[in-house]
Amino acid sequence: MIEGFVPIMFSLSGQDWQAVELSLRVSVLAVLLSLPFGLSLGWVLARKHFWGKSLVETLINMPLVLPPVVTGYVLLIMLGKKGWIGGWLFQAFGMEVALTWRAAVLAVAVMGFPLLVRAVRLAFQAIDSRLFQAARSLGAGPLDAFFTVSLPLARNGVIAGIMLAFARGMGEFGATLMFAGNQPQTRTLAIQVYDLQSMPGEAYEQRMWGLVLVSVLLAFAALAVSEYMERKGQRRETA
Amino acid sequence: MSLLEFHCHMTYPSGFRLDAAFVMNQAVTAICGPSGSGKTSILSIIAGLRRPEKGKVQLGKRLLEDGTTGVHLAAEARRIGYVFQDHLLFPHLSVAGNLLYGWKRRPAGATAIDYRRVGEVLELRDMLDRYPHTLSGGQRQRVALGRALLSAPELLLLDEPLVSLDAALKDRVLDYVEQVLKEWSIPTLYVTHDMRDVKRLAQQVVFLERGQVVEVGGGNDQFSLKSNF
Repeated sequence: MIEGFVPIMFSLSGQDWQAVELSLRVSVLAVLLSLPFGLSLGWVLARKHFWGKSLVETLINMPLVLPPVVTGYVLLIMLGKKGWIGGWLFQAFGMEVALTWRAAVLAVAVMGFPLLVRAVRLAFQAIDSRLFQAARSLGAGPLDAFFTVSLPLARNGVIAGIMLAFARGMGEFGATLMFAGNQPQTRTLAIQVYDLQSMPGEAYEQRMWGLVLVSVLLAFAALAVSEYMERKGQRRETA
Repeated sequence: MSLLEFHCHMTYPSGFRLDAAFVMNQAVTAICGPSGSGKTSILSIIAGLRRPEKGKVQLGKRLLEDGTTGVHLAAEARRIGYVFQDHLLFPHLSVAGNLLYGWKRRPAGATAIDYRRVGEVLELRDMLDRYPHTLSGGQRQRVALGRALLSAPELLLLDEPLVSLDAALKDRVLDYVEQVLKEWSIPTLYVTHDMRDVKRLAQQVVFLERGQVVEVGGGNDQFSLKSNF
């Protein structure tokens, strides 16, 4: 079976590799975009009690249970040229979001956000909050204590969350298709697989299998890193 | 002038009410009382880790907390070294990293405490590269004491630092505490429920019961208190 992998990989066209590259780029950018929000929100949810906390948690988790096309549609309504945010962006800066590569990044960021926040929240919850207080009593301000004590201790959980969100992004299809469309500059790995399987002929089928193989390898690597970091974090907690 | 003035009210969700007032006028003052009498709450308020509903905390000339005027100095600006009951060393930092954490953040102009001397007095020099999880209970408390000391505090808060140690180890760590108090003369509030510690270290004792100060003693009369503690 392994002997069959190599020819399959060679069967991929430049367009297919472009889709792989776009997916990698979109997923990395989406994670970078959502990381500051994911870290702050994960920390707030782990440490603070406030009115409406359950509502915030429900809203964050919505993309997990909503059909991805619905999430994509909501993004389109809000960020399309005539949407409340999209209209303002276009008028103020001449920036278009919907149906561009930016839309693909946003769609992937929104879809992976619940996974990132969940992993970050669990990582912060596992740390004794009094360590943060100890840092404050030693002269560290809140941000200083966060970056020198809380974040390094939550590091493995945060990396696990990043990898999970990245892996989710690599597989994103519905929301991206709805919000970014199916055009050369927004055709991600999943959309390219969808396109290839609808084409007749063995050559297309072989290319599709090649892409399936690439996506399985990437997802496996990302999940393996995520799992390893999570276990490492748990081991440190119990040390 | 007194070293510390404390008068605060605070009600907890459990219904426990702290309403305590005392003046610390001796270099080493012990706070004693049964479990749940509010000893740790007092230290948390002084350190700025908890905000009381009402009250005032004044350290020398510095106002740390004043409910009337809304003053609440942030914990990091108070210059109070806190040694917690369970040490709370940073597990991701080595002993040296822990010791230097507060030292690097001491305010400009504060008299720096000699890092090497602290290492000598507390016998920490052989364990600087080790991590907290490899240390014994007594070693951890010595590092915690050194860490608080090196932040150049104006007041040290020791919250039952010996409670988790066995009797033999306790005596040894107490020797270190005694030596630190002697060498650096930093005003210290020492929470304990052991009268032997009080006899050995404190010149003033504040007795607490159910969130209230029931008696304050000092000098020779400290052990004739009516408290049933």
